[in-house]
Amino acid sequence: MGYTLIEKILMHNTGKTSIKPGDIVTVDADRVMIHDIFIPFVAEKFEEMGFTKIWDPDKAVLIYDHLVPASQVDDTRHFHIGDGFAAKYGLKNVHRSDGICHQLMTEAGYVKPGNVVFGTDSHTTTYGCVGAFSTGIGYTEMASILGTGKLWIRVPETIRVNVNGKLPENVTSKDIILTLIGDLGADGATYKSLEFAGDTFDNMSVASRMTISNMTVEAGAKCGLFSPDEKTAAYCGIELNDFQKDLRGDEDAVYSRVINYRAEDFVPVMACPSQVDKIRPVSELEGIDIDQVFIGSCTNGRLEDLHAAASVLKGRHIAPFTKLIVTPASRKIYKEAADDGTLKILSEAGAIITHPGCGLCCGRTGGILTDGERVVATNNRNFLGRMGTSKVEIYLASPVTAANCALAGKIINP
Amino acid sequence: MEKFKGKVWVLGDDIDTDIIIPTEYLALKTIDDMKPYAFSPLRPELAGKIQPGDIIVAGKNFGCGSSREQAPEVIKALGIRAVIARSYARIFFRNSINNGLLLIENNDLCGDIKEGDEIEVTVGENILYNGKKYEISSLPENLLEILSAGGLVNAMRRLNGLD
Amino acid sequence: MGMTIAEKIIARAAKKDCVHAGEIHTVELDRLLSNDGTTHLTIDMYNKLKNPRIADKDKLVWVVDHNVPCDSPKTAGSQKKMRDFAKANGIKFYEGEGVCHQIMMENHVCPGELIFGADSHTCAYGALGAFGTGVGCTDYLYGMVTGHSWVLVPETLRFNLTGKLNKGVTARDLILTIIGKIGANGANYKAMEFVGDAMKTLTMSDRICICNLCVEAGAKTALMEVDSIALDYLKEHGREPKACFASDPDAVFAATYDIDLSEVVPVVAKPHFVDNIAPVSECEGIEINEAFLGSCNNGRIEDLRLGASIIKGHKVAPCVRFLVVPASASVYRQALDEGLIDTFIEAGAIVMNPNCSVCWGSCQGVIGEGETLISTGTRNFKGRAGHRDSFVYLGSAATVTASAIKGYITSADMI
Repeated sequence: MGYTLIEKILMHNTGKTSIKPGDIVTVDADRVMIHDIFIPFVAEKFEEMGFTKIWDPDKAVLIYDHLVPASQVDDTRHFHIGDGFAAKYGLKNVHRSDGICHQLMTEAGYVKPGNVVFGTDSHTTTYGCVGAFSTGIGYTEMASILGTGKLWIRVPETIRVNVNGKLPENVTSKDIILTLIGDLGADGATYKSLEFAGDTFDNMSVASRMTISNMTVEAGAKCGLFSPDEKTAAYCGIELNDFQKDLRGDEDAVYSRVINYRAEDFVPVMACPSQVDKIRPVSELEGIDIDQVFIGSCTNGRLEDLHAAASVLKGRHIAPFTKLIVTPASRKIYKEAADDGTLKILSEAGAIITHPGCGLCCGRTGGILTDGERVVATNNRNFLGRMGTSKVEIYLASPVTAANCALAGKIINP
Repeated sequence: MEKFKGKVWVLGDDIDTDIIIPTEYLALKTIDDMKPYAFSPLRPELAGKIQPGDIIVAGKNFGCGSSREQAPEVIKALGIRAVIARSYARIFFRNSINNGLLLIENNDLCGDIKEGDEIEVTVGENILYNGKKYEISSLPENLLEILSAGGLVNAMRRLNGLD
Repeated sequence: MGMTIAEKIIARAAKKDCVHAGEIHTVELDRLLSNDGTTHLTIDMYNKLKNPRIADKDKLVWVVDHNVPCDSPKTAGSQKKMRDFAKANGIKFYEGEGVCHQIMMENHVCPGELIFGADSHTCAYGALGAFGTGVGCTDYLYGMVTGHSWVLVPETLRFNLTGKLNKGVTARDLILTIIGKIGANGANYKAMEFVGDAMKTLTMSDRICICNLCVEAGAKTALMEVDSIALDYLKEHGREPKACFASDPDAVFAATYDIDLSEVVPVVAKPHFVDNIAPVSECEGIEINEAFLGSCNNGRIEDLRLGASIIKGHKVAPCVRFLVVPASASVYRQALDEGLIDTFIEAGAIVMNPNCSVCWGSCQGVIGEGETLISTGTRNFKGRAGHRDSFVYLGSAATVTASAIKGYITSADMI
């Protein structure tokens, strides 16, 4: 009998020779990630549980991103607790202002194909872009993993998503995942693994795949997996071993559902306020006035996203009285965009370029809005009140769509 | 089986974690500090009205969104005895079990019920409302173990020989 | 009897041949700056007027710089009110393009002008021979509606600068030293005028830094003569002077100070007053949590060059947050072009969009309880940068950068 990608990863991790959806298995974590908002709670629970050491300090990564730069006076308390916890338990992988956790986990080489990774953030699903099983957990479970290195998992069913063909111009991986979430619904993949395959994905950069894996949680998914290929190997700076090369769904694997798309059928879309699955073609929304555009986040703050925005904005200026906030996803991306002239183009076009971090996406600072304002954003959530008051309207879109909207001061189809 | 009664607050579908507790308040020092802001984007008055022993009834995909464990913790801190929804998002589900917040799945109740009414829950068996019985299923054994220990912290304390 | 620069500018604005300190005159304002700190309050008052009107919209410059990007629905609401009003009334409006005083210097200030700013550091404009002074929003509203206001002609303290700053000593150290010497109220209601042989050694950036901080000695304004360095700056930014003034030989000064620049050493202002000055060496070793290079006082390209030259090849100390915040978008782009941003990013700094940042202390990069900040900002008042129980030391771009590398207060020559 064949296996799906997630089943192969879990079998490899647990040493089991067979596995099926619904089984409860205990896995060994290859890597765990904790971010700044939750570190005080993780530290407190860890000690309350009676642990005196981290099972393997080198496998833990602590990243400050939600609170960088600090916008409220108690924010820096999290840094002190994190620094103290790291020092006490010998945790050396600490990033204090290097960018968003999910970008850093793959970019800095913490995650490899086939790994099992847990993080205290729902968008931990991102690492599926390199063929790793990664998912978000709460801080209590994180505390227990730090002590034991283990976590129980219910083996999920798999939904297979096949996309073949060539995407139309100005249609990106963001439009694919938004469309899929719209089709599945915000709970359409709850408890399940999404497995992506097809030549459209084969021809896509790892960065574009990252956008898709990142947002699978918005359909409720436990993870969103791509098979590692040569691009993955190059991105991770490794050569794929036999196990990693075999990380693809078998022909006779059992899927709970198979969804097929033709790449040519996709169009630029937006998630409308205030549900991620409220998807409409941008063409149907044209003309809606906007106040702000946000390009950034772990979903769409990578170099290729900044390039896409720059190619739209080069030599032009955003609409008067419209704000464009650009937040690169990591220090490395910021540097590359500074060095290749992208940031200059964006600044000349009127963009406010902030330091890498979660910024506006997490709703603490970075461009908060007020009643009656409307924002087009490239991040992953448009929940009520996420970027200010509950009367702020958030439209989610790709960077190329967002940049076009910034130019026009209203929603337009790229 | 354990049995309890409570007054019901009715919420809709896709009640996300940012509604349950907005990011703005996540760095407050204690869960008690966060209590007044629970559900504030949707119903700012709600946190002040909830009484210990009350029950939340909601639609599908309750707790979707972020991994913030403050979400189940703040619900528990408000004194909510149980949440009854059509379905739950997975991280929220795990976090609730780990904090000893009782979650019950039922597909029909939220369509029938009126806010402010009282229901009677028999854990693992049924919900009694308006003379009608709504069946509910039991949780898997590994989760019951965590719940019976009073949450994951206590389970781990046992593991470490502390209790 | 001759006139000082301050008197000459007021005489011009009052359309009088001659005015003197102590007199009160009605003046026509050349320009009115306002930012998101208070503009929403001005608009509220404006809307309560019986017959609201704007005397001359072309004299108004509005800048959103204090909370950028916005950090709360409340500040977003204030900014929206400002944006909507500016849009409806055709007011020159900047958002996210930098700190208001830097924007004014780059784009608007002309020698000889009398400018009201609803911000205390408006005195910076003296670097271009303009009389800039900070006002509250009621004064601002009156000026906005009538085009006029009244001013008490200030006495002038004259600072005769000689010699040359030693290597490693900056204009920031000079003005902090002067404030330490005359005290935080040493120039209350007065104008501070800077002249002397040493002026030719001071760049426009140095001069803006000096004038900008004079309000910390209580000054109403700060003034400098318009020389070739100032004229070159104006020309570079595409503007012509209105009137260039120098004090008459027989002008009357309340006091004159002779300052030898070669005697100035790197200093810091210790918590919680700007006049609490000590040599850096006296504070050497005090641990810091955050360092801030930026603000209308010290966020220009020259300051970034200085910081970058010190940090190149080094890293920010592990647990220190080093905020680098260019004073304007044009400074930022220049710094990008020169590779300075790359240097800061490589070293581990947090490079932020141009804004007031932690100098204003309500938004980006605030410090927490018990924390210590070394800053090129304008003020070190208790609680200014965040938590009420925190500590701010003011120092030069060199001192701040060196301290960021070491993790404690130190001077650049220790790197």
